[in-house]
Amino acid sequence: MTCKEFLALLDDLIDDTVAPETRAELQAHLGRCGHCEVIFNTTRKTIEIYRSHEVYELPTGLRDRLHAAIMARCKKGC
Amino acid sequence: MSIIQPIAGQIEPHPDVALVEKVRGGDVSAYDTLVRKYERQVFRIAQHITQNREDAEDVMQDAFLKAYEKIDQFQGNSKFYTWLVRIAVNESLMRLRKRRTGKMVSIDEDIVTDEGSVPRDLADWAPDPEQNYGQSELAEILRKTIQGLPQGFRIVFVLRDVEGLSTEETAETLGLSIPAVKSRLLRARLQLRERLSRYFRRKQGLKDAAPKEIGLGEARTEK
Repeated sequence: MTCKEFLALLDDLIDDTVAPETRAELQAHLGRCGHCEVIFNTTRKTIEIYRSHEVYELPTGLRDRLHAAIMARCKKGC
Repeated sequence: MSIIQPIAGQIEPHPDVALVEKVRGGDVSAYDTLVRKYERQVFRIAQHITQNREDAEDVMQDAFLKAYEKIDQFQGNSKFYTWLVRIAVNESLMRLRKRRTGKMVSIDEDIVTDEGSVPRDLADWAPDPEQNYGQSELAEILRKTIQGLPQGFRIVFVLRDVEGLSTEETAETLGLSIPAVKSRLLRARLQLRERLSRYFRRKQGLKDAAPKEIGLGEARTEK
């Protein structure tokens, strides 16, 4: 397997949507290619960091304003 | 007590379905429950698309009010969450359009660039690199980095990787084909990785990772 072929299947490997035989080929490539291993690990880490850290906090007071707006709409319409 | 197994082929109803039914029956507190469950996600999506806090606040309010008003139109053949996300994405794009005084806004804009899709920085990262930064400093790095992505890549990454929509749901929400979502997702992930490498790379032993390219369009074999 070439690095180009590995890169084309990188997402499938990360998302675990590859067939077992393809997975074995990808794993074998990872065992031989330090660069692709770095790309694989750091891409996975990129996703994990964005998933686990709040980039935009919910502003304080917004929830209450939204609740009030919904209640006001409800009194008019339901 | 015996456990009732679902009949083969029968899909268990999502817990939101019961809440939606209650809302349809006039139970506002059930809607409050849905709001609390998804307010962070809707706000994040709005903020990622509009890149403006005031707009994101308005979008969040408008999206939840619209979903409330149109709850009878919710068919139940998709999840309530993905239906809500679709409304939030549309409201966000409308808000951008307003800001640009009516100029068309498309999720396809800005995606011609391939910058960063070719991995160049092949240095390994420090273990748990985010630990090297304070919470607010890290949030700033993550914000700045994702804001630099082309819009069409950013939305796909946010829906698919941050908010947890499937490839199919992301495609349906954005009106894109599944191959288009996949292609954008790969490029978004690689570009973010590349940009974060500047902050997260291991501080020592950089010499062994001289810049080098492994392109999506370049064949290379290794022994």
